[in-house]
Amino acid sequence: MNHIDNEMTWEIVIGLEVHTQLLTQSKIFSGASTVFGGTPNAQACAVDIALPGVLPVLNRVAVERAVKFGLAVGAKINSPSIFARKNYFYPDLPKGYQISQYELPIVEGGCIKILTGRDNNEREKIVRLTRAHLEEDAGKSLHEDFHGMTGIDLNRAGTPLLEIVSEPDMRSSMEAVTFAKTLHSLVRWIGISDGNMEEGSFRCDANVSVRRLGDDKLGTRREIKNLNSFRFLQQAIDYESGLQISILENGGKIRQATVLFDADKRETHVMRSKEDAHDYRYFPDPDLLPLEISQDLINEIMKSMPELPMWRYYRFIARDVDKYKLLIEKQTDIYPLQQSSAYLKFGVEEIYALSKYDATMLTADKSTADYFEEVVEIVGSKNAKLCANWVIGEVAARLNQNNEYITISPVSAKQLAELILRICDGTISGKIAKDIFGAMWHGEHGSSADTIIEEKGLRQISNSDEIRRLVDVVLIDNPHQVSDFCKGKEKAFNFLVGQVMKVTKGKASPAKVNEILQEKLDRKKHG
Amino acid sequence: MLNSSLKQLSALLAAKKVSSVELTREFLRRVKVLNQEYNAFITINEEMSLDQARTADTMIASGVACPLTGIPIAHKDIFCTKGWLTTCGSKMLSSFISPYDAHVIERFNLTGTVNIGKTNMDEFAMGSSNETSFYGPVKNPWDITTVPGGSSGGSACAVAARMVPAATGTDTGGSIRQPAALCGVSGIKPTYGLVSRYGMIAFASSLDQGGPIAKSAADLALMLNVMVGFDARDSTSLLRDQEDYARDLEKPLEGLRIGLPKEYFAEGISEDVSRVVDAAIVEYNKLGAKIVEVSLPNTKLSIPVYYVLAPAEASSNLSRFDGVRYGHRALEYADLNDMYQKSRTQGFGAEVKRRILIGTYVLSHGYYDAYYIKAQKLRRLIAQDFAEVFKQCEIIMGPTSPTVAFALGEKSSDPLQMYLSDTYTAAASLAGLPGMSIPAGFGNGNRPVGLHIIGNYFSEAQMLNVAHQYQQVMDWHTQMPDITKA
Repeated sequence: MNHIDNEMTWEIVIGLEVHTQLLTQSKIFSGASTVFGGTPNAQACAVDIALPGVLPVLNRVAVERAVKFGLAVGAKINSPSIFARKNYFYPDLPKGYQISQYELPIVEGGCIKILTGRDNNEREKIVRLTRAHLEEDAGKSLHEDFHGMTGIDLNRAGTPLLEIVSEPDMRSSMEAVTFAKTLHSLVRWIGISDGNMEEGSFRCDANVSVRRLGDDKLGTRREIKNLNSFRFLQQAIDYESGLQISILENGGKIRQATVLFDADKRETHVMRSKEDAHDYRYFPDPDLLPLEISQDLINEIMKSMPELPMWRYYRFIARDVDKYKLLIEKQTDIYPLQQSSAYLKFGVEEIYALSKYDATMLTADKSTADYFEEVVEIVGSKNAKLCANWVIGEVAARLNQNNEYITISPVSAKQLAELILRICDGTISGKIAKDIFGAMWHGEHGSSADTIIEEKGLRQISNSDEIRRLVDVVLIDNPHQVSDFCKGKEKAFNFLVGQVMKVTKGKASPAKVNEILQEKLDRKKHG
Repeated sequence: MLNSSLKQLSALLAAKKVSSVELTREFLRRVKVLNQEYNAFITINEEMSLDQARTADTMIASGVACPLTGIPIAHKDIFCTKGWLTTCGSKMLSSFISPYDAHVIERFNLTGTVNIGKTNMDEFAMGSSNETSFYGPVKNPWDITTVPGGSSGGSACAVAARMVPAATGTDTGGSIRQPAALCGVSGIKPTYGLVSRYGMIAFASSLDQGGPIAKSAADLALMLNVMVGFDARDSTSLLRDQEDYARDLEKPLEGLRIGLPKEYFAEGISEDVSRVVDAAIVEYNKLGAKIVEVSLPNTKLSIPVYYVLAPAEASSNLSRFDGVRYGHRALEYADLNDMYQKSRTQGFGAEVKRRILIGTYVLSHGYYDAYYIKAQKLRRLIAQDFAEVFKQCEIIMGPTSPTVAFALGEKSSDPLQMYLSDTYTAAASLAGLPGMSIPAGFGNGNRPVGLHIIGNYFSEAQMLNVAHQYQQVMDWHTQMPDITKA
């Protein structure tokens, strides 16, 4: 069966449920620490291990984080919202129920805009959110360490989670990954989660179904549980949708089920079918009062909201102020519940006029965008594109080698800006600048661009007389190439430029060398 | 000394006529002798009690005594008590030594009250006769062939037999008031939210409320002064100014309007109980109260509503008893499900299982709306009934229980009959209202009859005043069962 054919006759429909761990000191219903990696059960207090008689007390910070998310996606903040018990037995679920939200979640509706399409994120797409609700995480079962027995670690039990549920608005694994990445960036951006996927702070469940193109009705879905990397998300959806299509094409039927993804085999396997689905017997938790959220609190959280990634993206690509303002007005149509005035405080002071690609890369996370703007502030917005190239190019490349965030970059924004300034004022060439950057990255010479330039004598030769003299020497030394050029072999030109650069160890201003060489050769050719 | 009030005992201690250690020893001696017959206690721990008594004596000596310092009391075995076996009357917790104190226990400890032991109770507070306890039934000291009521039967029996001056209890649908009535003692369930539920093993969270059982209204007031208090660890705990519940005890009842719901005197009430309650109302009339007839039309719904909501919550609350982290675990099992099944089958008694099944059923998909949601709606109607009635009167009175104490085993095979014991008490629980029972005389077989007093929210001081005034003119509360052995 041909994959391309599939794409032409079948439509893949995906909705995601994302569990993101909220950044709090203590658990959602107890005072125990949420720090990752403690000795098993050292961070499980009486409430977490569900001793008889203990009661939950809601963590206010977790609530504020959830509200912040709701406001960032233009959702409705429900007041009251209701905590409900989801009842099921499992050894790492100490109470025999999980406290979650069911009928009235704290966040309802909202949407996330993603940039999709194959050609540099040209297409914008809205993914609607159904809801986001607060709940507690379960503990962990340890099957490996105990011979013939299972160990239970309740350190994670009671960790605050925000479960974000999307509508089935995505149509490819790539869109799903883009959505997940955009969401991941957003929760980090607004500071509600560290998004650490290795530690399980951001986990996805994907609901996947397929239907014939043009069908209105959704197909039967299967839910892939617990995907903890973007790569697995993509692979799992690709496998699952392919499987469903082949089942249907062979006349089979999809049976609703929950499946697990085997990352080694890149296959999904049924965990339980609809028939053995749990009846969770949800009901309002009588230990917790309905959660009221005052308008004052909402206003306070609104005030603390940073400029959101999408708004920053638009500001970075804006070519003039009026167009940017128009875009912002358009956004408030999408986010009707957002108070646009709160966002407009981030006005356009400088026009960067970046490409969509650059803006996407720079707004992938807040620290990168902040870093970039710090560089531009020193260098000047006239050279914003050059700054963007450096941040996306050199800095990101070195960071990506280690999968690190820009906050740990050994070259600060200020240091990078000073380096770029030396390019702008012609002191050094771009190529030399890269060498200097490498030296700065490794902490050489106090890591100041100017110090390195002086100490290594890297100042660019831009004195025309000196370059003329060097060009003359090169022309004399390479008569063959000169005659080749005169016969019309343009390639010889580049060779001669290279020779000049070689003689100057790359310090000659390439622009000047080009200019003078051209002038002299033209004279020879025609003279 | 056996009939001394808490105030009198406190005065004896303050005057150094008796030490807390002596007092504790004397009551412990009584407990040890009488418990063989009554089975009111699950645990006594002489050394721990005496340690507390010594601490109390130091407090008294250094002049930092509170009203209850040095007085031995008993705690229902539903309150988690640090270092003490805390069983909740169940095999499931028959080896559970609590690593922490309930809020109520903390408060008594702070005042230097001595814990003399943990009292027997229906398993997980589910029962109206104390027959569901894993530790065997408690006997009613007025007639040991009859039940003491439940679920706080051990506490009521202990006070009635003067094994302790006072005790704690909890009330979900009548579990303080009904045993108090059947044992001829006084008990009050305060407004929901006044006594912290932290450390009180949950039966039905939206109904459970701690309260005291004692010999008189005046003693109840002193106990409440300790038990009531805000606790940030219980989200349903109410943040209110501390009250002195004894402040209004001496107020005259002139002008008080007492409402008698006609539904409380209709079918179901036995003739002897009715006669005693009528006589009590006559006394109140003499005390200056005005009697008005009122109606609580949804009274008959309170038992069905209660027996949907309480089991629903219980089925979930009791899920934590799975044998994984503490509590009973079956010795042999094939796999995880088998472990759950065997541990819970062995660890829970029949009544607890029955209620878990009922609760699981009413919360199940397809039944939730018809049972749980419907019951919640009716619960609001029941509360509205009371709101209407409290426009016509300040206090509602009636029988606490439709009958006097029934024979052991009489209703244990007929759960429905047993559930009807809570007919009059469940409604106030569903509305979250305070309710109390005081002894008002004797019915058939010379068994005690309780007068049920329901007040509006936070009217505990007034209710205690109403009860105290009656206890100034009548002496039912001072009457003791014939106990010769001790």
